[in-house]
Amino acid sequence: MTEPTAAARAVPGFALDAPWQLHPQVSVRPEPFGALVYHFGTRRLSFLKDPALLRLVQALPEHPRARDAATAVGITEADLPRYQRALATLAATFMIVERTTMTAETTTTAERNAP
Amino acid sequence: MSVAAAPARLVDHFQHGLAAPICLTWELTYACNLACVHCLSSSGRRDPRELTTAQCKAVIDELERMQVFYVNIGGGEPTVRPDFWEIVDYAVAHHVGVKFSTNGVRITRDVAARLAGSDYIDVQISLDGATAEINDAVRGTGSYATAVRAMEHLADAGFAGFKLSVVVTRHNAGQLDAFKALADRYGAQLRLTRLRPSGRGADVWDELHPTAAQQRELYDWLVAHGEQVLTGDSFFHLSAYGQALPGLNLCGAGRVVCLIDPVGDVYACPFAIHDSFLAGNVREPGGFERVWRSSELFTELRAPQSGGACASCAHFDSCRGGCMAAKFFTGLPLDGPDPECVQGYGADALLARDDAGVPKPSGDHSHSRAAAGKPPRHGEPGRGGPGPVPVVIGRAPVSAAPVSACQQDPLAGFAPAATVGR
Repeated sequence: MTEPTAAARAVPGFALDAPWQLHPQVSVRPEPFGALVYHFGTRRLSFLKDPALLRLVQALPEHPRARDAATAVGITEADLPRYQRALATLAATFMIVERTTMTAETTTTAERNAP
Repeated sequence: MSVAAAPARLVDHFQHGLAAPICLTWELTYACNLACVHCLSSSGRRDPRELTTAQCKAVIDELERMQVFYVNIGGGEPTVRPDFWEIVDYAVAHHVGVKFSTNGVRITRDVAARLAGSDYIDVQISLDGATAEINDAVRGTGSYATAVRAMEHLADAGFAGFKLSVVVTRHNAGQLDAFKALADRYGAQLRLTRLRPSGRGADVWDELHPTAAQQRELYDWLVAHGEQVLTGDSFFHLSAYGQALPGLNLCGAGRVVCLIDPVGDVYACPFAIHDSFLAGNVREPGGFERVWRSSELFTELRAPQSGGACASCAHFDSCRGGCMAAKFFTGLPLDGPDPECVQGYGADALLARDDAGVPKPSGDHSHSRAAAGKPPRHGEPGRGGPGPVPVVIGRAPVSAAPVSACQQDPLAGFAPAATVGR
């Protein structure tokens, strides 16, 4: 893909203290560089260019706050801002959504997406 | 879009291939009710050896295991297979999304309503002229009306964002605004792709491929319309004009894309149906997964490649030498310029080539009197034409590894989004 655009760099804030999860229509395929993420509803493809970001995304549903998920997968405080930006972009394109209730459907999706 | 924390370029990863294709084209049948003069798969007659329903389902099982998100189903006209909907339903039930290309012949009101109800099915209507006159000259009498009727049905059913897919030719290159208006009228998204000299396209390429001036206009038009218009990354050779077009801008052949043909043969890309680009067959032991992960051809394609004659060109980084299939089927060396190189090197190479060396497509399923005669009825095994074309399971090595080229249809349905950097 293209290099980061100015618009993409200026990502909005991301609620690190909220609970997040993958959108139920999103599928994740691990790759050596990180992962491919595909949203069946928007038909958008994204690339997670970092294995740690993949681990973070996968850990989101297991934690009450995105911040806790980051800690759990070993992301340091210093690195947190750039992962926050990455999560903001994923949220802006509905790849991840705030978790309100954990439905059976989303549980199934999360399991299917496990590596 | 890539969401990243690390600096490595994605294309560097993609050059080495992925665990599974990003984008897989699967031509379900060579049977077609039409006989388009530029058909890249020389379709018309059904091949009697085409995969059975059970074999198709086994392929889908593999794609599900490999987490191939979706397949681009085409043909031939895929909807003329009696088991088409059964295959589509099976794919969707197994988490493999489907985008299928059709000339619209089977998109009735009922079918449109059913399609509109699924998030996992996308439809691409093929049309090669914004007017019946221009379209029907290439796709056959009545094909414009068929496509427009299908779009009406989809729009009426509330299917937003289906694709209107156009191969840009010398005759329709002046109709880009009209195509956009047509797509807008039906709530569709316009998709423009490149005419390749593949299949029957080889016979008409000289007359139909856009002129140099038209290529320039096309480029400017694409730049102006950005991500509103899909291209399947197929015009990345135009990036040598300056600004890169949205997309991956690399040859995905055997790296991020491939083709499964109706008899299960796996080729490096949809525009390269030739023994030189045949990697294996899904019916062989190990199935598609083995072909993708360890076939000799795909391994070769993923090896580091030099730019050959193009390497010293100032524009090599943007165009990457152009399309492998376009070079191959016009008889140009794979490590030289694209025949439509915007710097004019391709035109020079075409003048210098030895016409005797231009390869012929490996399979021809054209109706026996293609284009001129009345095509056989749907699904009817080839009548009166030459017998089936023998399948070659082995393959000849690619003499010179393709530089980069064929960005055929890889990211076809994707709306490439901005990259998010570190």
